[in-house]
Amino acid sequence: MKRKVVSLMMVTAISAALLAGCGNDKGGSDAGKENNDNQTQDVEDNNSDDTNEAEKPTGEGSVYYMNFKPEVDAIWQDIAAAYTESTGVPVKVVTAASGQYEATLRTEIAGTNAPTLFQINGPVGYQNWKDYCLDLSDTDLYKNLSDQSLAVTGDDGGAYGIPYTVEAYGIIYNNAIMEKYFALEGAVAKSMDEINSFDTLKAVVEDMTAKKDDLGIQGVFASTSLLPGEDWRWQTHLANLPIYYEYKDAGVGDMAEIEFKYSDNYRNILDLYMDNSVSAKGLLGSIDVAGSMAEFALGQCAMIQNGNWGWGQISDVSGNTVVAEDVKFMPIYFGVDDANQGLCVGTENFWCINSQASEADIQATKDFVSWLITSDEGKAYMSKSTDEGGLGNAAPFTTFTEAERSSDPLAVEMYKWMESGKTSVSWNFTSFPSQTFKDNFGNALLEYANGNMTWDEVASYVVEQWAAEKAAAAQ
Amino acid sequence: MEKTLKKYFPVFVLPTLIAFSFSFLIPFVQGVYLSFCNFTTVGNAEWTGLNNYKLAFSEGQGFGKAFLFTAAFTVVAVITINVFAFCVALLLTRKLKGTNFFRTVFFMPNLIGGIVLGYTWQQMINAVLFKYGVTIVSNPKYGFIGLVLLMNWQMIGYMMIIYIAGLQNVPGELIEAAQIDGATGLQTLFRVKLPMVMPSVTICIFLTLSNSFKLFDQNLALTAGAPMRKTEMLALNIFDTFYGKNGYQGVGQAKAVVFFVVVAAIAVVQLYFTRRKEVEQ
Repeated sequence: MKRKVVSLMMVTAISAALLAGCGNDKGGSDAGKENNDNQTQDVEDNNSDDTNEAEKPTGEGSVYYMNFKPEVDAIWQDIAAAYTESTGVPVKVVTAASGQYEATLRTEIAGTNAPTLFQINGPVGYQNWKDYCLDLSDTDLYKNLSDQSLAVTGDDGGAYGIPYTVEAYGIIYNNAIMEKYFALEGAVAKSMDEINSFDTLKAVVEDMTAKKDDLGIQGVFASTSLLPGEDWRWQTHLANLPIYYEYKDAGVGDMAEIEFKYSDNYRNILDLYMDNSVSAKGLLGSIDVAGSMAEFALGQCAMIQNGNWGWGQISDVSGNTVVAEDVKFMPIYFGVDDANQGLCVGTENFWCINSQASEADIQATKDFVSWLITSDEGKAYMSKSTDEGGLGNAAPFTTFTEAERSSDPLAVEMYKWMESGKTSVSWNFTSFPSQTFKDNFGNALLEYANGNMTWDEVASYVVEQWAAEKAAAAQ
Repeated sequence: MEKTLKKYFPVFVLPTLIAFSFSFLIPFVQGVYLSFCNFTTVGNAEWTGLNNYKLAFSEGQGFGKAFLFTAAFTVVAVITINVFAFCVALLLTRKLKGTNFFRTVFFMPNLIGGIVLGYTWQQMINAVLFKYGVTIVSNPKYGFIGLVLLMNWQMIGYMMIIYIAGLQNVPGELIEAAQIDGATGLQTLFRVKLPMVMPSVTICIFLTLSNSFKLFDQNLALTAGAPMRKTEMLALNIFDTFYGKNGYQGVGQAKAVVFFVVVAAIAVVQLYFTRRKEVEQ
């Protein structure tokens, strides 16, 4: 019996050692390296405590950024390397696979080497992550924000999420095709200036559809992508407009229940998209965003609703016929306040610092983000376009001068509209109740397109889902 | 020898036991615990008792609807897959030319991942429906039929291999004796071959039943539950609950526990009944 116990213990010891060995091997590439970095840094610190202190204001903290955008992962790795080189502070950047950010963050933040810097998508995301968000109101990040109302604030008034980029969406149009139309005999409008309301837009679009053979296009609008998971341009972006006006009328920024007062305006613009599109209504359930962007890039249509991030997608399509000078924005004329309405400008990308990280790591992270928005090197990485090795962010900080803005054609258009004196529509979809609400909204739109639901059914379904999901979130 | 084996039993079993605990037992127990909690990450769970289970079955969660759809799909899929697989196995155990080639061809789809298959079939089905101006998400019926087609295409090959192995093990003398007694081909099939391959039937029904019930990848890729979550199966419903709503992770976890109990119960009942039909050789 005694021998059995002894052998059992030995086996346990051996297996434990083996497993520990495995663990080290596995983590060797990331965690191991980081540990080594830390250790060497410790040694340096000890050796040159008095001489090197000024150069190492951050002590032994390190930064771990959980990046949201897979398309700029390589650039973030460069930034991390550059920062480590100039300051000696280790920076680790991990990018979640597309659509897997929440899931990856959930796993990573529960681990021992948790991210110190991560991002949320707005007030709703903050509700989910508030246990992990640090109040940033005393940081450079918040102090330099050009419009401090953009930050995500908590109930106590603290700033818990800081936007690092602003984006805009509207109707992107191909000016070459529009010019061709204006030159046609009997055109409803003669220049883009005349298209300044929903009614003129509708008249022009319908006339263009009638003359689509002369214009060499297959439809005025790119196909309304209603494939499940590809419907965010409608259930999130377009849906922002009726909610924006409803909030504005009530003077609030969030509602437990909505009336969907402007549902008819929403329907009008959606119908305009679907009735004048490249694809027939019944086929919209098979179209994804990349597909409709390709239609625009290939010159098969004149307009598409999307944002300034879409330029990369347009220019990357092989055989694209659209040149940068012809890509322009116009607001989504909604028929409510067309004379004053500009593009929809806002952000879904807010940086948060993990409040449960160690003091040293928090300080290191604060220094890192402050470097990104104040140092010349950091600012260059933030604002240069992706073709030039930057992130292409339209960073909303006062530290960026006009010369440091992005040169993307759609970003240029975005600034033009923002400075035109029109009122930008804020992004209120960050207060939409949940992903489930958006998915259900998109599903209802699909049923509407397929003729299985009437518009009244869709509208009342949206009202009902909003209330149900808001109530669920409040629990 | 046996004594030595007994003596070193812990040595042999321990590594597996440890791996099993880390990758299955501990997460399972933790999962059950979390189903009674409100949590964002596994680290900050807060006990809420049975509340999650109440919410899981509340209206608007679609759990019941997803269950019915899954059950209907499972019944159709289990029957069609096994009937077709058995027929193909019968064909390919006749001494025809090129049987090995056909066995390989039929088995191949099983090697492709579910997500890839889902998108491929979505494209193919849409290409056919294109002619009629509709898509797979126009009507839940199309999604249902699409799923059945996809699963048949994927699973038939695997089940066929198991049936072939079973059929090859039917003793030749039994078939010969039946023929001498004047049994027709059908009689030989149903009275001799089928009882002899009952162990294969047990395992095939078990595999198709549990795989159909737990289906996720194919469902997500083919329709993602559209239209209006009418083609949403249980696993997808759980996934959407977990990731689709803030604060509903615990509810998703509670649904997953219920899901586990249901799948386990169905599998045990099925094994009990088909086992009884097995005969000793």
